[in-house]
Amino acid sequence: MSTINQSGWRPQMNAVEGEAVATFTGNRALMLEEALIFEIGSLDTTGVDFAEAPQATSRLGGLERHRDIGLPGLSEPEAVRHYTRLSRQNYGIDLGFFPLGSCTMKHNPRLNERMARLPGFADIHPLQPIDTVQGALEVIDQLAHWLVTLTGMKAVAMSPKAGAHGELCGILAIKAALEARGEDRRVVLVPESAHGTNPATAAFAGFTVEDIPATPDGRVDVAALTARLGPDVAGVMITNPNTCGLFERDLKTISDAVHAAGGYVYCDGANFNAIVGKVRPGDLGVDAMHINLHKTFSTPHGGGGPGSGPVVLSEALAPFAPLPFVEQQDGRFVLVEEETAGEHHGSSFGRMVSFHGQMGMFTRALTYILSHGADGLKQVAEDAVLNANYVLRSMEDVLDAPFANSGPCMHEAIFSDRGLAEGFSTLDIAKGLIDEGFHPMTVYFPLVVHGAMLVEPTETESKAALDQFIGAFRSVAQRAKAGDAALKSAPHFAPRRRLDETQAARKPVLVWKEPAQAEAAE
Amino acid sequence: MRYLPLTQSDRQAMLAAVNAATIDDLFADVPESARLSGPVAGLPMHASELAVERHMSKLAAKNLSAGSAPFFLGCGAYKHHVPASVDHIIQRGEFLTAYTPYQPEIAQGTLQVMFEFQTQVARLLGTDVANASMYDGSTACWEAIGMARRITRRAKAILSGGLHPHYVSVANTMAKYTGDTLVTAVPELTAEPDTAKLIDLIDDDTSCVVVQYPDILGRIADLSDLAAACQAKKALLVAVVTEPVALGAIKSPGEMGADIVVGEGQSIGVGLQFGGPYVGLFGCKEKYVRQMPGRLTGETVDAEGKRGFVLTLSTREQHIRREKATSNICTSSVLCALAWSVHMTLLGEKGLRQLAALNHAGASAAADRLAQVPGVELVTPTFFNEFTLKLPKEARPVVRALADKGILAGVSLGRLYPGEEALENGLVVAVTETTTAEDVETLAAALQEVLA
Repeated sequence: MSTINQSGWRPQMNAVEGEAVATFTGNRALMLEEALIFEIGSLDTTGVDFAEAPQATSRLGGLERHRDIGLPGLSEPEAVRHYTRLSRQNYGIDLGFFPLGSCTMKHNPRLNERMARLPGFADIHPLQPIDTVQGALEVIDQLAHWLVTLTGMKAVAMSPKAGAHGELCGILAIKAALEARGEDRRVVLVPESAHGTNPATAAFAGFTVEDIPATPDGRVDVAALTARLGPDVAGVMITNPNTCGLFERDLKTISDAVHAAGGYVYCDGANFNAIVGKVRPGDLGVDAMHINLHKTFSTPHGGGGPGSGPVVLSEALAPFAPLPFVEQQDGRFVLVEEETAGEHHGSSFGRMVSFHGQMGMFTRALTYILSHGADGLKQVAEDAVLNANYVLRSMEDVLDAPFANSGPCMHEAIFSDRGLAEGFSTLDIAKGLIDEGFHPMTVYFPLVVHGAMLVEPTETESKAALDQFIGAFRSVAQRAKAGDAALKSAPHFAPRRRLDETQAARKPVLVWKEPAQAEAAE
Repeated sequence: MRYLPLTQSDRQAMLAAVNAATIDDLFADVPESARLSGPVAGLPMHASELAVERHMSKLAAKNLSAGSAPFFLGCGAYKHHVPASVDHIIQRGEFLTAYTPYQPEIAQGTLQVMFEFQTQVARLLGTDVANASMYDGSTACWEAIGMARRITRRAKAILSGGLHPHYVSVANTMAKYTGDTLVTAVPELTAEPDTAKLIDLIDDDTSCVVVQYPDILGRIADLSDLAAACQAKKALLVAVVTEPVALGAIKSPGEMGADIVVGEGQSIGVGLQFGGPYVGLFGCKEKYVRQMPGRLTGETVDAEGKRGFVLTLSTREQHIRREKATSNICTSSVLCALAWSVHMTLLGEKGLRQLAALNHAGASAAADRLAQVPGVELVTPTFFNEFTLKLPKEARPVVRALADKGILAGVSLGRLYPGEEALENGLVVAVTETTTAEDVETLAAALQEVLA
């Protein structure tokens, strides 16, 4: 085990080519470089005071640790400074517009955070006696009630920990329902425009995945889909609104055909934000749909998680929902776990996670839902869709918009790289937007559009914010069309210039090593 | 509707700009029959911040929080003191409200934290590498079983009886669909873990042996012989750690030869939260890195040669490989990983060792005191901060009776293993630095009363 580099901060001369002034430290006023904890911490430093442990006989079975682990410590002021400095190299929705299509970056109300931190929610153990956690179970029950009511479904499985985990839950429910019918259907149909997680999920659950093409106007090819239905098809996985930003007009027709052929309909609910309060997926014949609480109901993304992906289920799939779940019995809430399941929930396909799901996310989502109410949630969908169409119509004369004539877009607008100057790509536009102070849109997704740019404004952006973004987006797009060479090397003003991803993948460096050790490993 | 900035006149101007007369023109593709005219029936309308706060606070007040009672629960979730600065840092908007770092030039904060987290986790678990976190310990565990299947091209996993029963349930659920065969057992109320039995079970079809360390009853087993036995049969040893603080006092599974080490990181930085969100830890030997699920951050340089970090090896992931992906995991638990990493940095080597020593000493004293209660027997001679008692009667109703007295006494094995009569008198008790001598005395006295 290596010791920790005690040499501390190593000044670097970071003269930037073409810039007149270099700094001794590499810092630039408020833009501060920050070393790794392994380079600035030490094994003897701690930021926590403990009482002296009483002398006691060790009962560790002779496995006492003798060697150092190699964990650097920082005092509290050093630690706060380290992480604060790092935070300043991050873009977040609190800083500005974050138009990531399909990711739904909306304002995160701080009331949600405050409520999630109430000791009655944050400081309770998942295995406490049920009578001591009645309020927590009531939160789950209330949120579940909102989710089934808003979607027009029969039941909801709360435990999946993220959207893709929810997909798995829905697919396993379908598999369990088929097994209960004694049928061995092996094929899941997935339209080309579906999220990449959809085929991965179906394959993971042992199904064979078959692609269904999209029509030129960006929707599922209904004829191709219905033609493929048969006794070997377990179901379809469809995204609505889809990844082209469009509403699948024919979803009800598709559902009816799938049901008539004995299959089930899984709907990827990642884009529920666009239709919440306006359309109930249950009315369109959906059997299972996950809801990314972080997207539609504003729980923070946190740099890539944690998420939360409850799955609403139709009457046909409800009996197969995973354990555990909350029920009301004789005026109190109970948690149905393995022990009681056999009595009246014998069809459940089992348990997906060790405890009851993302309770901290449930609290935040319920807080947000109650703040908006049924009227506010309807307004959410309307404003999100209005904002997206506003971006689409403000850009379509500058950038190719492949589905501009396919009807209104839902919550996201899609553009392609057609018409950019030779050698310029979607990535150059993305990096150009960084210099303008915006997080770029989603790029190269969905796969059905060449050089795709997927812009999702969400309902928490003002008209002024959109106008500023549109101005910048138009300017960068025009530079890419004109072949402005400076755009090729953007970003110029970010904490880092373009990073070498090929080197990172070819020779992965995934943990820090003492420089001497790292050299020896060369 | 304080979160919606558009004014009525903004909306009118924007509708005109997109050439729509009404907002419903933009929902024209939704079939008339499925369109809702007004707000969804049967749900309340929007509410003020004050009203919502009042509603949620009332619900919170119906729960007995761990900090307001003598508290002894463990079994996969532990109550530790989390320094105030941890919560401060994760609430900084730049961390809290960022997205997955797909644009590394403006996400170096998250990426550097992930790289530091990977290094801290790998060192703690004793593995060469670690990923940037999983959903939780239980999902990390079944992902490890899947990874062992891919590496060994065998599908029989042997699960120790000492593995958390919920982890076994999750693995069972998945195995029904992935084709793994699981050999499972329940623990026995004995001093010795089932290591020897596990060694006997390994054969040429075995993909991996999964063992918890310390196990569900709190026992600690030397894994060296098991690791050697696995290696001899070309099977992998998967170790599961649900209380990472223990590794401040005892050898890591990686040091004893485990190929994959997974863990539940909750006890450092995250808090109880009624079971989630938590943070799964996942480390392995370097040669298996391309079979490892989850996100990875790697070091690289930018166009000016400055060190920077990016997400890497994403060719294993579902958004590129679709149905050929390594797993369907599409996210991680980055904010919890940040909390974990900040807490670990505040502890450092020195603090973690002090914390571990405090936990062990407190648990030792508590075990001795509780074993003095008439009829109560200490089952586990070796343990870290969690041990198992055998009561003279069924533990479940005892725990409920103690809860009525405002004491959260521990986890009854009857709750974890319904229907297993041999275990129903077992009570698993956890003690951490948050437990006071007075708490232990209160529990001992109340236990004596309830058992009398």
